[in-house]
Amino acid sequence: MRKYVPKDDVQKKSYYTDRFWVAPRVPKEMVEEGSHFDSVVKTLSDVIELKEFAIELGQLRIVINSTDNFKALETLKNESGYTMLSEMSAVDYLAKDKEFEVFYQMLNLNEAKRVRIVCRIQPEEAVKSVVSLFKSANFAEREMFDMFGIKANNHPFLKRILMPDDWEGHPLLKTYPLQGDEFASWYEVDKIFGKEYRDVIGPENRDPSNVDRYDGQRFSRVGYEVPFGSEINKDKEEENPIAYSKTFMVDYTTGTKTLSKRK
Amino acid sequence: MQVTNKLTPFFENLNFERDDNTMVINFGPQHPSAHGQLRLVLELEGELVKKAYPDIGYLHRGIEKMAENMTYNEFLPTTDRLDYIASTSNNYAYALSVERLLGLEVPRRAQVIRTMLLELNRIISHLFFVATHALDVGAMSVFLYAFREREFAMDLMEDYCGARLTHSAVRIGGVPLDLPNRWLTDLSKFCTKINHEIEHTYEALLTENRIWKMRLEDVGVISAEDAQSWGCTGVMLRGSGVKYDIRKEEPYELYGELDFDIPVSDKCDSYGRYSLYMEEMRQSVRILRQLIPMHSKTEPKLMAHSPQYISAPKEEIMTQNYALMQHFVLVTQGMRPPVGEVYAPTESPKGELGFYIKSEGEPYAYRLKCRAPSFFHTGLLQEILVGTYIADVVTIIGSTNIVFGEVDR
Repeated sequence: MRKYVPKDDVQKKSYYTDRFWVAPRVPKEMVEEGSHFDSVVKTLSDVIELKEFAIELGQLRIVINSTDNFKALETLKNESGYTMLSEMSAVDYLAKDKEFEVFYQMLNLNEAKRVRIVCRIQPEEAVKSVVSLFKSANFAEREMFDMFGIKANNHPFLKRILMPDDWEGHPLLKTYPLQGDEFASWYEVDKIFGKEYRDVIGPENRDPSNVDRYDGQRFSRVGYEVPFGSEINKDKEEENPIAYSKTFMVDYTTGTKTLSKRK
Repeated sequence: MQVTNKLTPFFENLNFERDDNTMVINFGPQHPSAHGQLRLVLELEGELVKKAYPDIGYLHRGIEKMAENMTYNEFLPTTDRLDYIASTSNNYAYALSVERLLGLEVPRRAQVIRTMLLELNRIISHLFFVATHALDVGAMSVFLYAFREREFAMDLMEDYCGARLTHSAVRIGGVPLDLPNRWLTDLSKFCTKINHEIEHTYEALLTENRIWKMRLEDVGVISAEDAQSWGCTGVMLRGSGVKYDIRKEEPYELYGELDFDIPVSDKCDSYGRYSLYMEEMRQSVRILRQLIPMHSKTEPKLMAHSPQYISAPKEEIMTQNYALMQHFVLVTQGMRPPVGEVYAPTESPKGELGFYIKSEGEPYAYRLKCRAPSFFHTGLLQEILVGTYIADVVTIIGSTNIVFGEVDR
């Protein structure tokens, strides 16, 4: 029987599974009264609703509603001194919860503190762009759109950034095939020659780095010239006049110093 | 609009033929000064840049996707291919974030060796910057001199780990090897040499050079607000007068106990950034000199002791049954870190390099995001290139010091 692969998550899975294994959790700390993070939480909770907040590995992680993302970042920037958006991206939880998780990694340069704002969005939902607050979100949101298909409203130029403009699919989704799909493998042929040339070119000539030594039309031979397009006999090749271009096959099985002789 | 057919296929929606006086040109991806695979679409009016659009993705290999399908130890050599000028800093940034996730304590000797390698990589990277930046601007000889010393630094790396570019010299939980014999002597010789060369060759050739100053001063000016807004880090941020170095502010490894300065320039231009690179190399030498005597004072342990996540040393594996069993499980299945997420920032030669790892308790990372400094510095180009002359475009790209392995990932 063929192994069952779930359609919504084609990522590599561990072969070894243990039903009784309970993974430990990274410790979560409470926000201390009077600390810097406490003031951040208080300023934010005046403006928006905080679903959950805790310090994980020295950084404050705040879960908010997806509609509040712009307001949260605006408050952090203007009132708490988080003037840099060092990173933002998404995590695909479609297979588990039918949701995306979007995170914003913020940095306060004066206090040397980091806050991560996290929100969950539905697959068809768009987030509000934060480019007007942080220009670094310009490229980061484009990358998020390219990799996950999450759109950012009011983005000045939301376009694919790493993949080609006419690419199909979003590579970092868990549903994206690992070995490349039909479209990906024929991408260059479709683009340059057209779809109907798939049969003419065939999968063996699809890869441009493919070298066929018996093809007299597109490849020349090292050592001796052959006329363009001439047939090269696969079974009986001509003698190569240049010795050094030959690969010498050394037969180690019939050496002079065999064990039996020494005996 | 373009008319697309089989002979002129659709590539992008660009109209190169304009009716007005402007001209649209493709700068790259094969231009030698475009630092690899950068393609800039520039709209020019005469020689003045009216609009710039950086187009990236020509070196995209899907490293983040690969990380989701590799065990944590398998992925480490792949990080070499991010910023291939200073590979160890990538290895280290990745190892650090996994170690924070696992809560590991790295032995002190491994910390000394790691800090040494990081600073050596900083020198290698900065020498590469000075060489290529000078070459882009037109000073050929600096390129040759800087690459000479870079070779010596890479020889040191080769003596340590056997590789010159893709080092993989750091492991999760420590380092694989102790320093070879005479390595510290060679390193201190190199320190003396590089200190001499910085002062008597590179700075003598460039700092007061009239042409160099004319080409760099007041070119590529970034204000402090813009630098923060665009997510600039490292020298790009300190060159705009913001004193922020992760080694000092959020210290990792031994940087908390070492004595070094953070140079800051408030010139905000390419010349200020160039002088910071020079000063940073001197500070790296200063750090290396403090680290050399520290090595002999440490215990010879190299890898963290944590049987659940890290294999025991080879001797134990070969002599003790349980260590062998643990090793077998870790090699065949991979380690399973606790559920949670981590973002560990480090100061790589280019800026803030950090890995965001989301773990679901599986041997494969659920999501790995590499925060590459060059990616954000490339985004900055669309703003600072506008209003400059086309000759300065090359200078500005050079002074951002972007590496495309990191931008495209």
